Amino acid sequence: MSSIQTLGFRTLLLVVHLGRLGVFVGRLARASLAPPSRIRRFVAEVFDVGVLSLPIVCLSGATVGAVLGFQSYVALARFGAEGSVGAVVGLALIREFGPVLTALLVTGRAGSAVAAEIASMVQTGQIDGLRMMSIDPMHFVVMPKAWAMLFTLPLLSALFIVFAIAGGYGVVVHLLGLDPGTYLTSLEDSVDFHDDVMQSLTKALVFGTLMASISTYRGYTSEPTSAGVSAATTGTVVTASVAVLLFDYALTTLWGV
Amino acid sequence: MDESLRAEFHIAFDGVQLSLGRRSVFRGLSCGFVRGQVTVVLGGSGAGKSTLLRLIGGLLRPDAGTVRVAGQEVSRLPERELYRVRERIGMLFQGGALLDSMTIFDNVALPLREHTDRSPDEIAAEVNRRLADVGLPEIGDLFPRHLSGGMSRRAALARSVVMDPEIVLCDEPFSGLDPLNVRRIEALLVDLSRRRGLTLVVTSHHLASSLRMADRIVFLVDGHAVSGTPQDLLRNEDRRIVDFLAAESDPSFDVARSADERAAHGAAGRAGA
Amino acid sequence: MQPSPTRDLVVGLFVLSGLAALAYLSIQVGGMAYTGPGGQRLYATFEEVGGLRPRAPIAIAGVKVGQVAAIDLDADLRARVALDVDRGLRLPVDTSARILTSGLLGDQFVALEPGAEEEFLADGSEIEFTESAISLEGLIGKFVNNAGLEEKDKK
Repeated sequence: MSSIQTLGFRTLLLVVHLGRLGVFVGRLARASLAPPSRIRRFVAEVFDVGVLSLPIVCLSGATVGAVLGFQSYVALARFGAEGSVGAVVGLALIREFGPVLTALLVTGRAGSAVAAEIASMVQTGQIDGLRMMSIDPMHFVVMPKAWAMLFTLPLLSALFIVFAIAGGYGVVVHLLGLDPGTYLTSLEDSVDFHDDVMQSLTKALVFGTLMASISTYRGYTSEPTSAGVSAATTGTVVTASVAVLLFDYALTTLWGV
Repeated sequence: MDESLRAEFHIAFDGVQLSLGRRSVFRGLSCGFVRGQVTVVLGGSGAGKSTLLRLIGGLLRPDAGTVRVAGQEVSRLPERELYRVRERIGMLFQGGALLDSMTIFDNVALPLREHTDRSPDEIAAEVNRRLADVGLPEIGDLFPRHLSGGMSRRAALARSVVMDPEIVLCDEPFSGLDPLNVRRIEALLVDLSRRRGLTLVVTSHHLASSLRMADRIVFLVDGHAVSGTPQDLLRNEDRRIVDFLAAESDPSFDVARSADERAAHGAAGRAGA
Repeated sequence: MQPSPTRDLVVGLFVLSGLAALAYLSIQVGGMAYTGPGGQRLYATFEEVGGLRPRAPIAIAGVKVGQVAAIDLDADLRARVALDVDRGLRLPVDTSARILTSGLLGDQFVALEPGAEEEFLADGSEIEFTESAISLEGLIGKFVNNAGLEEKDKK
C-alpha cells in the first residue's frame, strides 16, 4: 500500500475505533443505570485503583513539588520576585500538573492493570462464563472498575497537589530560606476557586472518564490470547496518555475563553 | 432427519453454516439432541465441537441456518432475550472458567446470589450440598488457583448445575485429566443426567468414556454431522469415522494410510506446499 | 476480591483524605471561605483604586478576612469594588474601607476598620466610608511642587 493509502486506512480505522468506543461507553452507561448497584465490588475496585496508587502519587507529588519550587525560586530570584514562588508553584500544580501528571501516573499503574485483568478474563473464558450464567459482564465486571477510576482520579489529583505544595514548601522554606508565611500567603492570594480549583477538578473528572472508558474498552475487546492481553495493556497506556494530553489542551483553551 | 424424532429434540440444528475468519467450520450442519439423554459430540480437533456448544448458548451466531433450544430460535434472539434462555442452560467450559478473584464457595454461589432471593443460610446450604455432590466438600474457602485441574473442573460442574437447568453443556470435560478423574467426572455426569433427567451435551475426543456414557453420538466431520447411537457409529462405514475410532483402539493402526492423512496431503499438494 | 472490613476501612480513609485535600484546596487555598456559600458580599465605592486588583486580600487589623471579587465602574464613573468576606464577620454600618499598600512598594489591599455602631452591615450592602488609594506619584508630585513653592517663597 502506498503511504497515502496507509494513512487513509489508519484514519478510517481510528474513526471505526472511536465509534466502537462510543457504543461501548453507551452500553456501560446503560448498564450503570440498572440495579443492583454492586457497591461491594465498587469499594474493592476503589482499593485497587486508588489506595494502591497512593504511594506513587504521593511520592511523585512531593518530588514534583520540590523540583517545581526549586526551579521557580531560582528563576524568580533573578527578578527579585522570589516571594511569589508560592503562587507560581500553586497555580502550575492546580491548573496543570496536578490533574495531568496524576492521570498519566494512574493510567500507567491502574489503567493498565484494569485492562490486563479484563483481557485475561476474556482469554480464560470467564467473561463467556458469566454470560452463560445470565450475568451481564458489563454490569458485573466493567461497571465497578470504570466508576472506581472516575471517582478516584479527582481524589488522587487533589492529594498529588497537596503533597506537591508541601514538597515545594520543604525545598523553598527549609532549603532556600524563604519565609513560610510568604510562601503560603502568595499561594492563597493567587489561587481562585472558580478559575483554578474548578478547572483542576473538571480536568480530573474528564481524565478519569477517558481512563475508565479506554482501559475497560481495550480489555473487553481484546483478542483472547496472551498477545491480546499485552496489546490491551500497552494500548491502554498509550491511547489513554495521548487522550489525556489532547483533552488537557482542549480544556485549558476552553477554560481560558 | 427422521421427522418424528425432530419433535422430540430439545436442541436442534438445521442447515447451520458458519465460518470463523477464513475457515469454514460448518457447511450445513443438521443434528438434534434428545431431551433427557446424554449426547456426546465427537470429532477431530478443529472439527467444531466447542463452536457447536457456543452456538447452542448463543455466544456465536450462525451465518445461515437455525439453532433451536427448547423451541426458541436462539440464532436470531437479541442479547437480552438470550439471558432468559441461558437461565435454563448450565455450561461447563474447558478449564472450568471459574472467576479467579473469588473463592470456590462464592463462585458456586454466584448464580444463586444474582438470580434468586434466597437467604445467605439457604444459599450456603445449597452450595455445600452441591460441592459435596461432586466430591469437594471442604474446599469452599480456596481459590481456583489452588485447585488441580480435576478439582476445578468438578467445582465448575457444581456451579453449572446449581440453578437446576434443563440442559448442561460440557466442553471437553475430560481433557488433560488422568484416567481416575476421567471416570469420576464421567460418573458424575451420568448420575446427573439419570437422576434429574437433564439433557447433557458433552464434547470430547476421549473415545472410551464417550462410548460408555453416550445415549447418542453426534460425529462432526467435514462441516457436517453424522448422528446415531454408539452402536450405529461403530458399524458406520465412512472411512473417516472408521479411522477415528481405530486410531484409539487398534494397535496396528497406521496413521499414514488413514483417510485424514491422505486428505491433508492432497490439500497440501494442491496448495503447492 | 474478598470482602474484608480492614480493606473497607482503608478505602474509607483514602476517600476521606482525598476529600480533605480537595476541601483544603477549595477553601483555604482557593478562597472558598469567602466566595459562594462561605462568605458574604459587600460593596465599596472609591474615587481611585490605584493598583488594586481582583483577588487582592481584604484585611482587618492585618488579618485576612476576604478577597476582592470584582472592580467595576458605576453610573457616576467611580470605581465600585465588590468585596467577598467571611460570612461570620459582623461589621458595623459605620465601618470604613481604605486601600493601602503592603509595605512601601508592595501589592495593594483593602483594609477594613470596624466602626462603633450597633447595627451591622447585611449581605449585599454598601460601605459608606471609603478612602481612596494614595498614589505614590501624586505624593511625590505634591512634595516636589511644595518644595518648589517654598523655594519660590524664599526668593
